[in-house]
Amino acid sequence: MRYWRKPLDIEGLKIPRGNIQILKERCKGCGFCVEFCPQHVLEVSEEFNSKGYHPPYVKDGDGCVSCGLCEMLCPEFAIYRLEEEREVQVL
Amino acid sequence: MEPERHPMDDLLREDRLPHIWCSGCGIGTAVTCFISALLKSGLDLDKVAVVSGIGCTGRVAGYIKLDSFHTTHGRAIAFATGLKLANPELKVVIFSGDGDLIAIGGNHFIHAARRNIDMTVICVNNFNYGMTGGQVGPTTPVGARTTTSPYGCFEHPFNIPYLAAASGAVYVARWTMLHVRRLERSIGEALAKRGFSLVEVIAPCPTNYGRRQRRRTGLDSLKYYHQKGVIKHGANPRDVDIDLDGEIIEGVFVDIEKPTFSDFCQEGLSRAMGNRGP
Repeated sequence: MRYWRKPLDIEGLKIPRGNIQILKERCKGCGFCVEFCPQHVLEVSEEFNSKGYHPPYVKDGDGCVSCGLCEMLCPEFAIYRLEEEREVQVL
Repeated sequence: MEPERHPMDDLLREDRLPHIWCSGCGIGTAVTCFISALLKSGLDLDKVAVVSGIGCTGRVAGYIKLDSFHTTHGRAIAFATGLKLANPELKVVIFSGDGDLIAIGGNHFIHAARRNIDMTVICVNNFNYGMTGGQVGPTTPVGARTTTSPYGCFEHPFNIPYLAAASGAVYVARWTMLHVRRLERSIGEALAKRGFSLVEVIAPCPTNYGRRQRRRTGLDSLKYYHQKGVIKHGANPRDVDIDLDGEIIEGVFVDIEKPTFSDFCQEGLSRAMGNRGP
């Protein structure tokens, strides 16, 4: 996307971004986070945890906008995010 | 590098995790929403007590690191009433299932609502007795197959919001556990409300209920909630029955103001005893 000018308040603007952390040993592989992530950031992995479930992994970390839905929806307290910010880039 | 720690671990008894709830169960999400609402409400956590009965949801009191009370079957509200009367400063939250609160504890439920005792009830409804093997419960919809109704349930179920509203609750809401943000906000409102507030949380039970209604996993139930959940704030609780595979009407149905039991107690006692009173 091309802007015809640089927005005046660009210094004050930040894009929220979540750094997703997954506690693999707590996961029971229900798949709620994978199914309902609005940005399709997560994916079920091939690896097993010690209970034999497939925990999710972060497929596309740049897509995360730190909405926190996965954190709220997880019944196992196994996923959370560290909030980060990203600069707005003008192309 | 710091050890990996979930932000809610401060309010969870970590040594007991992972919890016993099955993969795809919705109770954990209800607990997450409750903890999140509690943290946002700004209540003094030393003055919050969680009371649970028996059953899968009855385990919640054992996992939350607050003053918690795991009581006998169906008597969560009875114990909570005693707790509230003995220490009126406490914010008492009852976290239990439909089998515990509405079946064996049904009378405690309606009478606590009638007296309008200042407490918050979070009732996780999974439509059956999950822990004991999936028997017919008081909320099982007509036609639902369970272990004790192999030809479909022949009984009319309780409509929990209608029951609570008719008994005199001041705040009645229903959400599925898929609508996490709305559920969180509703629990926050219920915590802030003076009087008997009820939040019904519809949760999947893939192991015992969903499996027999062709919703084999928790994810299947969540997709069903996503398709059939209808938000209608202020709907008449009379009309919010849940049918098998039918629409699930959600929202805040009742939000009124009414003097509570402790208000009447204080007023009556001070009138009767003058300055000799408590």
